[in-house]
Amino acid sequence: MFPLRIDALRFAPEGRVVLDELDLVLPGEGISVILGPNGAGKTVLLRLLAGLLPVHGGTIVWGDAAQPAGRLAMVFQQPMLLRMSVFANVEFALRPQAMNSAERRARTSEVLERVGLAYRARDSARLLSGGERQRLALARAWAMRPRLLLLDEPTASLDPSATEAVERIIREIRTEGAKVLMTTHNLGQATRLADDIIFLAEGRVQEHEPAQRFFAHPQSPAARAFMQGELPWRIAFDR
Amino acid sequence: MTQTLLDALSLLGSFDHRLLDIVALSLRVSLTALVIGALLGLPLGAWLAVANFRGRGALIVALNALMGLPSVVVGVLVYLALSRSGPFGSYGLLFSPAAMIVAQSVLVVPLIAAVTRQIVEDAWRDYAPELSLIGIGRAQAVALLLADCRFSLSVAMLAGLGRAMSEVGAVMIVGGNIDGYTRVMTTAIALETSKGDLALSIALGIVLMALILGLNIAVHFIRGWALRRYG
Repeated sequence: MFPLRIDALRFAPEGRVVLDELDLVLPGEGISVILGPNGAGKTVLLRLLAGLLPVHGGTIVWGDAAQPAGRLAMVFQQPMLLRMSVFANVEFALRPQAMNSAERRARTSEVLERVGLAYRARDSARLLSGGERQRLALARAWAMRPRLLLLDEPTASLDPSATEAVERIIREIRTEGAKVLMTTHNLGQATRLADDIIFLAEGRVQEHEPAQRFFAHPQSPAARAFMQGELPWRIAFDR
Repeated sequence: MTQTLLDALSLLGSFDHRLLDIVALSLRVSLTALVIGALLGLPLGAWLAVANFRGRGALIVALNALMGLPSVVVGVLVYLALSRSGPFGSYGLLFSPAAMIVAQSVLVVPLIAAVTRQIVEDAWRDYAPELSLIGIGRAQAVALLLADCRFSLSVAMLAGLGRAMSEVGAVMIVGGNIDGYTRVMTTAIALETSKGDLALSIALGIVLMALILGLNIAVHFIRGWALRRYG
């Protein structure tokens, strides 16, 4: 499944170019964080990798295969929670897998315990707070034992303590061997979590560097402008 | 006018057995049609919401158009189907409560299916990415979405019940409005009014309105409670 190789990726619905000539190689471990201004195509890239959007050009190769061999899970900015209990919201996601009922229940209990939601297992998922909802969505993804976990701004609109709890879970998932690829607008979060930074602007990867090097010395003019808080507006008007 | 109203209230107060029989038959016919409408309309609407096939748009337009199907047209079609020379004539259902259930079901199924399709499709638009990544197929999604939208779908059920209970043309044609056998509230109101027995008409009208209003109030409170309980 890894390395994941993306060559000349293009996504241009109805002629409107979102991603073009995007090249990227991702190793199978660690946390890669995608940074970039609004409209850079961060979420689109995640959705293309998840197979939720059609590729309009270029290739995505998973190891040597066209399709990922391992499991892939994604947590969205606004996670889908069914009008069921917290427990059932995790357990139902395991039904398509080759697990019997007892195994599903055991795995569900285990991940709920690990994200600190075991005590709310019987409550309705729709009644959870924002932070709890995101932890539940992470628990559901974690329960599926993904080889690649895609996270689309998992802490957007969460308070600092909820953000800290979500970041702790992301680190644990990484420690268990899953590759994490996430987007965020929170530079502090990127500093805390990222092993490497993928900087996306104008529809392509401007820079892909180890996190420490990126934050110390961003190479591309776009990344430097973004770090100084100038890029979003300029890009928005240019486009 | 006042005397007529007093007579109507007197009929209600005395639990007039003729009136109670008509109300009981109305409820039996309409609730059975509603159950059939739900059993067919809910899965049909949910399937249409998640399905992807050529001609889906045309089918949705047709289903929406069927919501406004004139009940007398349904009455004539069901009459033709159940008459002796029709395809189902051998069952001998014409001018029976069963024929009225069939007619009301034909009216209710498209209504429930069309409303269900809209509600479930809105949910599907939000849920589809995650469900497909989890590996939930469209068939499983139908059951999942119906369960998830259950409180919103109460509106579809109420609309179906309202359509069935207020319907007069079709049941008049296929039921024949036979006293003590196929006479329901709406056909009785039409007949008694034409005969000048306004007291019974008004009494039945009050019962009909009270039933529909009562059911709507009950569903409103149950839905409010459920939303507070389950979110």
